[in-house]
Amino acid sequence: MTTPMPTTSTVGAQTPAKASEPASAPDPGRIARRRRLAQWGFVAPAVVFMLLFFGYPLVRNVVMSFQDYTPKTFFTGESPFNGADNWSNVFQDALFGKALWHTLVFTAGSLLGQFCIGLALAVFFSRRFPLNGVLRSLILLPWLVPMVVSGIVWRRILDQDTGVLNSFLDTLGIGGHTPWLTSPEMALLSVILVNIWIGIPFNMVILYGGLQEIPKELHEAAALDGASAWRTFRSVTLPMLKPVVTVVLVLGFMSTVKILDLILALTDGGPADATQTLGTLTYQNSFVQLDFGAGAVVGNVLILISAVFAVFYLRANRTEGK
Amino acid sequence: MASHTPTASRRRWGSTVAGVLILCVMLFPLYWMLNTALQPDSGLLQVDPVPGSLDFSGFSKAISDQGGHLLTSLAVSLGAVAICLAISAPAAYGLARFGLRGSRTIVFGTLITQMVPGIVIANALYNSYVDLGLVNSYFGLMLADASLGIPFSIVLMRSFMVSIPGEVIEAAQIDGAGPVRTFVRVVLPMSRNSLITSGLFAFLFSWSDFMFALTLNTTDEVKPITLGIYQYIGAHVGDWGSVMAASVLSAVPAAILLVLAQKYIAAGITGGSVK
Repeated sequence: MTTPMPTTSTVGAQTPAKASEPASAPDPGRIARRRRLAQWGFVAPAVVFMLLFFGYPLVRNVVMSFQDYTPKTFFTGESPFNGADNWSNVFQDALFGKALWHTLVFTAGSLLGQFCIGLALAVFFSRRFPLNGVLRSLILLPWLVPMVVSGIVWRRILDQDTGVLNSFLDTLGIGGHTPWLTSPEMALLSVILVNIWIGIPFNMVILYGGLQEIPKELHEAAALDGASAWRTFRSVTLPMLKPVVTVVLVLGFMSTVKILDLILALTDGGPADATQTLGTLTYQNSFVQLDFGAGAVVGNVLILISAVFAVFYLRANRTEGK
Repeated sequence: MASHTPTASRRRWGSTVAGVLILCVMLFPLYWMLNTALQPDSGLLQVDPVPGSLDFSGFSKAISDQGGHLLTSLAVSLGAVAICLAISAPAAYGLARFGLRGSRTIVFGTLITQMVPGIVIANALYNSYVDLGLVNSYFGLMLADASLGIPFSIVLMRSFMVSIPGEVIEAAQIDGAGPVRTFVRVVLPMSRNSLITSGLFAFLFSWSDFMFALTLNTTDEVKPITLGIYQYIGAHVGDWGSVMAASVLSAVPAAILLVLAQKYIAAGITGGSVK
């Protein structure tokens, strides 16, 4: 381990420039200021970029949600303010309530599935056996492939008449012609199942890392006390893993709640809006209907939901760092 | 270690077999993608579990239809990586080392940005892009894609640069090196691994991007492969062979990176999220 020098590593430390500047310098204050300026030169481009690409869109979305956009706006450039019209229109539309509900079901279902299977695989791969490392890294592949591509592959697999899943279930004599993506009853479940598949590797890798950090002695001590494997897992492993679990779930939430690619590739939000979520609804409103005001409203709701969880994340992060 | 008794080693190989089975289930969709791509165009018929004879017509069709989009993806992704590293490496160093007032707020802000839904950014960005003439431009898409990697890279590299021993940096300064020279000659070479990891992930994020490609382009001028494939299924529902061949081609970079740069990928997933 390295021992970082306090003056160079602590964030927010006062500048030592005045004290260490040689006495012969003409104006120590000016030199210190120039050095500070040079130092800001390192950070400033990133700050400007993030203000333009994250700060500005956040503010602009709030403003846009009070503006009237129509396809005509793109010729005239006029988008007059219309008070809370967009908000009341969106909230009165039954589709919004549906999309909100689908978003919650999709997120909760995906997280539950990804986490449970990811944890089981993490525990499995914590054993020592030949080829462990190779298998563990190959399992990452589904997470690395572009999500749209995964969606399209699954669309082929889940095809009602010619997909391999149904023909496999047929030979087993169960299921038969399940309309995975084409019936409103099944579509949301199917989309969740595919998203679970995508999320397993990420959950597995992080939880695996967390499991490696738990000191071996704890398990040995539990074994000496005669605890069963399940008891050890519940009373030793899970509590020790808690900070990592929080981070995995919050990050999983963040990436799941806003998903767009996968749903567009699998169902385009259909059939009969059965897989419409806040993410796809924002897209539909803005880029299909060209009503950016309505899109901004749904987007703001999405941000609000994310913000609540951002608080959780930062708290989890803080305890993690300590 | 010492327990190399026959039963113990048999049990270990038993786990290997179980691991292979898990892998087969997890990777089945990707196998099916390859399998479908290698069969003669089946139209809407069922696909054989194993290709009887390899048929590359799907691939040749995919390359002639989608090859240009693959090159677009490559160009946009490499550009995004360059922008991302050029902006985030100095920032990570500045935030790790200079003790500037406000550093804490900036790091905090960086964490927050990772939570802003992309579609919200696209929503606002599209209108500005129209005004700035950045719609349908390579540079516009590179900038937007760079935004996917920048917060991640700053967090990752900063946590690495904090642990560079202060003595090394001070030694460079005593030798008369200014901040830029110290950064280029000392800090960057020492941070090589975190730079590679950040660059890899910036590439993967950009290569996988669909949303910016979909929203910030209104013509066919700048079309990455993700958008190309998405529109391909709209137009060629029956022609799954070439759709899947294009999908295979789009997954190749991920597969190559996974094999060649496995340790960086693992480091990126854990480091970028838990730190």
